[in-house]
Amino acid sequence: MLSWTRESAMTEIKEDNVCRTGEWVPENRLSRSWAKLKRNKAALVGGVLLLAYVLSAFFAPLLFPGNPSAPNLINSLETPTLKEPLGTDELGRSILGRIIYGSRISLLIAVGVVSVGIILGIPLGLVSGYYGGKIDFAIQRVTDTMLAFPGFLLALALVAVLGVGLKNTVISIGISMVPMYIRLVRGCVLSVREEDYVEAARAVGTRDLIILVRHILPNVMVPITVQTSLSMGMAILFAAGLGFLGIGVQPPTPEWGTMLGSARSYLFHAPHVATFPGIAIFLAVLSFNLLGDGLRDALDPRFKI
Amino acid sequence: MHNYLIKRLLSTVPVLIGISLLLFFMLRMLPGDPAQVLAGQMATPQEIENIRHQLGLDRPIYEQYAVYMSHLVRLDLGRSARTQNPVIDEIWARLPNTLLLTVVAITLACLFGIPAGIISAVRPYSWIDYLVTISALFGMSMPVFWLGLMLVVVFAVILQWLPAGGTGSWQHVILPSVTLASFVVAFIARMTRSTMLETLSQDFTTTARSKGLTEKVVIVKHALKNALIPIITVVGLQFGFLLGGAVLTETVFAWPGLGRLLYDSISARDYPMIQGTILIFGLLYIFVNLVVDLIYAFVDPRIRYD
Repeated sequence: MLSWTRESAMTEIKEDNVCRTGEWVPENRLSRSWAKLKRNKAALVGGVLLLAYVLSAFFAPLLFPGNPSAPNLINSLETPTLKEPLGTDELGRSILGRIIYGSRISLLIAVGVVSVGIILGIPLGLVSGYYGGKIDFAIQRVTDTMLAFPGFLLALALVAVLGVGLKNTVISIGISMVPMYIRLVRGCVLSVREEDYVEAARAVGTRDLIILVRHILPNVMVPITVQTSLSMGMAILFAAGLGFLGIGVQPPTPEWGTMLGSARSYLFHAPHVATFPGIAIFLAVLSFNLLGDGLRDALDPRFKI
Repeated sequence: MHNYLIKRLLSTVPVLIGISLLLFFMLRMLPGDPAQVLAGQMATPQEIENIRHQLGLDRPIYEQYAVYMSHLVRLDLGRSARTQNPVIDEIWARLPNTLLLTVVAITLACLFGIPAGIISAVRPYSWIDYLVTISALFGMSMPVFWLGLMLVVVFAVILQWLPAGGTGSWQHVILPSVTLASFVVAFIARMTRSTMLETLSQDFTTTARSKGLTEKVVIVKHALKNALIPIITVVGLQFGFLLGGAVLTETVFAWPGLGRLLYDSISARDYPMIQGTILIFGLLYIFVNLVVDLIYAFVDPRIRYD
């Protein structure tokens, strides 16, 4: 019976609706999107940059043997040399080594944050859009309230309650992204829930959970994919911001924002200490933004965030 | 128009109640005694007892909320645990500085972002379009606090043209507002470009051209006018980013605004002040979006009759 519903769904896909380009996309359209993504030079640059970060996170111990957090005061605040290409920080630690290890932290934060956003946001958005009524009203009022605070401020407020550290940074920023996911998913659900194939599934007595997961969720995948790429960049920016303020990931963990925060005190004597971690953040965020833009253009050029 | 205004004003009520609940429970979610938290680490048992009594913390939770709301509507936000001054006084003292910074930043962002987006859309895929598109992407990916630090290195340390931080003269405003505007200008340019591209390909633009109007009139009077609504929306929403960015920018430049106050309060665990500044930030954001919606209704008559 399910396969019949899926078949009928195929005929229902309308080209002009972004929320209906998910699972039921004919094979050739997916491969066309992939070909388009590969041709997109900007997305390619983003992909290569991201790959470099992933590799450096993965092979950090090979790229930089030793402990990136172990102080070596004799060499403090050295300018870049052949031995230390990016110089050393106030405790004599290699800035390159800390940036390499920092990619582990930042990627971990990016993945952690969007996981929180997706795990909470998608089910709430699905339920809110599908059932409507009181539950929708309640979820939407909470979402409105959270959206009344700009994202970074919401994360700041949550950190003030939860406290500092890596785990709380991820939870705070993750929660601040939840309302965005709820809105995105709910909007898509509203546009497909009255479709014939959903109606048909309901008519044959399919359980709500199965309808939501098998028939509605796939339609939301395209906007979610694009949003996730952009959100990961945003998560790195937010986490670096919290680290910079001294209320994110705590030293001596090599987090880029935290590195910038401590570099501030030496800005006048050793500006290189503040320069390189900033470039690392910038390129990481840029890679996610380039990729997100490329994905959006490839999957659906009309879809704008 | 009146109906629209009333409807729009009423729609902010649930959000305001939501914010009050959020702040109310924020304190109660913290581990430990709320009276101790509000009084601060250095408070004497007598001071803690005073706060407990004053806020009714020994009474049931709904009564506590009622007391809290009665204080809130009178804008009585308590006293700072750090300085013992009334929270609202400190906020009033800092608010003008943050408003100055954000208004200058948003003005700069519009002055540069909108024309850049228009030029880019008028000449798509030209070198200038690529320049604008790439700069916008760079601007959106750059951490504002890092840009701030780099601007300090270049303009204050190396060139010594501008002060590195503080306040007092118009020169002090330049670096922080440019820093704060960087992200927003990028976003506005991108949005203007994509909206203008859309309106420029519409039938009414073709009609305007075929009537023999000059290109300038077609772009400004026909295409731009119709692209204004999404642009205004983005400017309104970006105001939120500005408020978030203000915390970072004000910290970099030692700018005595609300953002810096929030940062100091979080560092000192001064919860009455944290609550107060977050409340004011939320109210500011709601107010700006309200104004944006009213501007819509003014610009586009279709909205107010909806």
